[in-house]
Amino acid sequence: MSTTQPGADARGEGTRPPAGPPGAPPVAEPRPSRVNYLNVSYGVKSWLLTTDHKRIALLYLASVTLMFFLGGAFAVLIRLELVTPPGDLVQSETYNKLFTLHGIIMVFFFLIPSIPAVLGNFLLPMMIGARDLAFPRLNLASWYIYTLGALFTLYALVNGGVDTGWTFYPPYSTQFSNTHVLAAGIGIFINGFSSILTGLNFIVTTHRMRAPGLTWFRLPLFVWAHYATSLIMVLGTPVIAVTVLMVAVERGLHLGIFDPTLGGDPILFQHLFWIYSHPAVYIMVLPAMGVVSEVVTCFSRKRIFGYSVVALSSLAIAVIGFLVWGHHMFVSGQSTFAGMVFSLLSYLVAIPSAIKVFNWTATLYRGSVSLQTPMLYAIGFIGLFTIGGLTGLFLAAMGLDVHVHDTYFVVAHFHYIMVGGAIMGYLGGIHFWWPKITGRLYPEWWARIAAVVIFAGFNLTFFPQFVLGYLGMPRRYHYYVEEFQVLNVMSSAGASILGVGYLIPMAYLVWSMRYGPKATANPWGAIGLEWETPSPPQTENFPRSPVVTWEAYEYAPEEEARVV
Amino acid sequence: MFTGLPLFPEQASSVAPQVDALYFYLIAVSGFFSVLIATLVVYFALRYRRRSESEVPQPIHGSVKLELVWTLIPLAIVMFTFVWSTRVYFAMHRVPPGAMEVYVVGKRWMWKVQHMTGQREINELHVPVGVPVKLILTSEDVIHSFFIPAFRIKKDAVPGRYNSIWFQATRPGTYHLFCAEYCGTKHSQMIGSVTVLEPARFQAWLTGDGSGVSLASAGERLFNELACVTCHRADSVGRGPRLEGLFGKQVRLAGGETAVADETYVRESILNPAGKVVAGYQPIMPTYQGLVSEEGLMQLVAYIQSLAAPEGGSPLGTPEEPAPALPEAQRGEPAPPPDRARDLGKP
Repeated sequence: MSTTQPGADARGEGTRPPAGPPGAPPVAEPRPSRVNYLNVSYGVKSWLLTTDHKRIALLYLASVTLMFFLGGAFAVLIRLELVTPPGDLVQSETYNKLFTLHGIIMVFFFLIPSIPAVLGNFLLPMMIGARDLAFPRLNLASWYIYTLGALFTLYALVNGGVDTGWTFYPPYSTQFSNTHVLAAGIGIFINGFSSILTGLNFIVTTHRMRAPGLTWFRLPLFVWAHYATSLIMVLGTPVIAVTVLMVAVERGLHLGIFDPTLGGDPILFQHLFWIYSHPAVYIMVLPAMGVVSEVVTCFSRKRIFGYSVVALSSLAIAVIGFLVWGHHMFVSGQSTFAGMVFSLLSYLVAIPSAIKVFNWTATLYRGSVSLQTPMLYAIGFIGLFTIGGLTGLFLAAMGLDVHVHDTYFVVAHFHYIMVGGAIMGYLGGIHFWWPKITGRLYPEWWARIAAVVIFAGFNLTFFPQFVLGYLGMPRRYHYYVEEFQVLNVMSSAGASILGVGYLIPMAYLVWSMRYGPKATANPWGAIGLEWETPSPPQTENFPRSPVVTWEAYEYAPEEEARVV
Repeated sequence: MFTGLPLFPEQASSVAPQVDALYFYLIAVSGFFSVLIATLVVYFALRYRRRSESEVPQPIHGSVKLELVWTLIPLAIVMFTFVWSTRVYFAMHRVPPGAMEVYVVGKRWMWKVQHMTGQREINELHVPVGVPVKLILTSEDVIHSFFIPAFRIKKDAVPGRYNSIWFQATRPGTYHLFCAEYCGTKHSQMIGSVTVLEPARFQAWLTGDGSGVSLASAGERLFNELACVTCHRADSVGRGPRLEGLFGKQVRLAGGETAVADETYVRESILNPAGKVVAGYQPIMPTYQGLVSEEGLMQLVAYIQSLAAPEGGSPLGTPEEPAPALPEAQRGEPAPPPDRARDLGKP
């Protein structure tokens, strides 16, 4: 177990001016803390009415964890059903509801809020030396809004579910589905506001509340990634809100927005839906990239390679990501010219992602690499995100997408990004900051086992699906033809390993909250203002505002740094 | 490769080798970069593993040269891929002249196929080998997607519009036909088969089917039955535009714009006549929304298409598009008995 703290001696203290080195914290020496944000007050009320960003982060942690295991339970049933070609476990109606709810819950209620609302909420103010977010009460409101949205969706679930697919394509969703489309839609509509408020809060906080001396290009890349994510949340989420509202209105009043017999156009919905839902993928993966930048630098004890390139590539992804939505519609009858433009832009958005991968890899070069659990997840992220990103090239290729569109190839691709990318990043981040959040260390050996099990289980689950997709198995199929069975069995076998992999951290993290050894302020020897507070931190993070005179990730004295 | 674990689908259309070439190229690109990144990460992680808790590596800020290298090389690769893949897409959508046309209507949960020669099929499609086939697709209810993996083609059947795609089968055999766009309860059972026949056997199949009424003839029956003929008269004195020689031409609209009189335009003009009124005519035509089924609409379109080249030459000059190339045996079908045509129009 790694509880050793490389400490100040590792950073060449003495060669630095006294105010400068992050190794010598500007705040009081973190003693075994007496009062921290966890024990400052007790009782349900002190949690439900808190405005402390750290406590709100924990409220979110509990909520999204619950939703993750709910969405995961649906995935278990789906994979179980698909072990055999005929639909013999559940009925088709049920199967359709399973994949719909799996999608809605995982996308809107787990992946989108996961890293921003849990880790972002906890860390963003601490990383910039602030006492809280700019609008603490809005922050609490956003959690209540999220909960209300989740309750509507759960209401739809309990009352019989919804079967439109998480994409809600009309005219099926507006005229044909007899399920609880309205309740689920209202849930997503409401939940959107929680996302908007979080994004707004992060943007204002990053602009207005940075500690003295913490210029934009001294910010941790986690903050850059969250800033880019917040832009998407604020600009994109209203579009999905309006779109869901249109579906509701069309369903209730039959206005003819999407109904061709009344002069509407079902393809219009697809445009509106993907204008949000493609950038939403970047809401999921950009924060994970932020986590990876923090973890890779810490566990190679090195400045990130090409700081400004990595920082600006997040913004580039956020901006270009808004202009690629039509690549979901190459076979819908969208004009060929529009298809070409969207294909071209989709290829351009691949570049900043590729740049990040190369820079993380280069950061390891001549580093001091330690393969502790967060680093295993970060490396897992790099590998799986690379495969996910590269298979995106297949889908952006118009001539090839015609064949693989709406097949398991797409399913595999986006799970590599969302599960292989976003969830690996999320778990890596949870492990990395767990000592800070709880003041406890988790059992390192178990954690490494779980990371390896998840990585292996993930690949066995989703890699066969690329092959299945190219063979032509369409997605959302309850029954499938017999020649696809072997690959489906492989995938289901992998899913069972993956499921166990997710349960292990759940067990030891909960265990560690009570029985884990106490963590020091900075167990990894990491650089960053959040590590200069005690573990767990006090309610207002810093007794007095820190003054920042160093660059991000200054693991070694600056004089020795060189520009290659 | 053992039979239990298929890795690659059958290739049975002219475009399939092109799609597969693109696929293998992208596998090579992806494989190269995945292995490159994995090798570097693993090598660096082992080579530069932490040997002592107090070591502090020398910082490296970055390298403009390297950033340019790993920006420009991937950029060049993706631009090359873009051009290549777009050309393949063009190849799928640029229909060769004289392609055999087949109308397809998706309906929960079946595929209804109509050949120009009148043959109708459900969840099956028979085509001859080596002949270009253009599919014209629409849907009666929700969005479906017509997917033939062995041909590497797929196109959504969207209510309210005609989409089209073409293929040329290269190998006789029977192939899967799937609905690829989620359409409700029995989405996964909206499947069927495509049978590719040698030309002679296809002829036999065509003549073996008893229906014997070409799509255009059925459309003509419907045209008379719905009294379209009272306004759209062949002698140019009707209250509506003359339809002979119209199909495929540019039409001047009342607003000063132009439109091409293709399948979509004809369909729209029947259902929403006030939408695109031809210059010089009054918007007096009533809508036929709800009065004609999707299949009936396709028959009317086929009929109007057949008027493009009337005997004795087109009044608007030389026809651009000849009548669809159909096997000689299918021309000049006898007029159907009236009750038969009604069945075809309103199934």
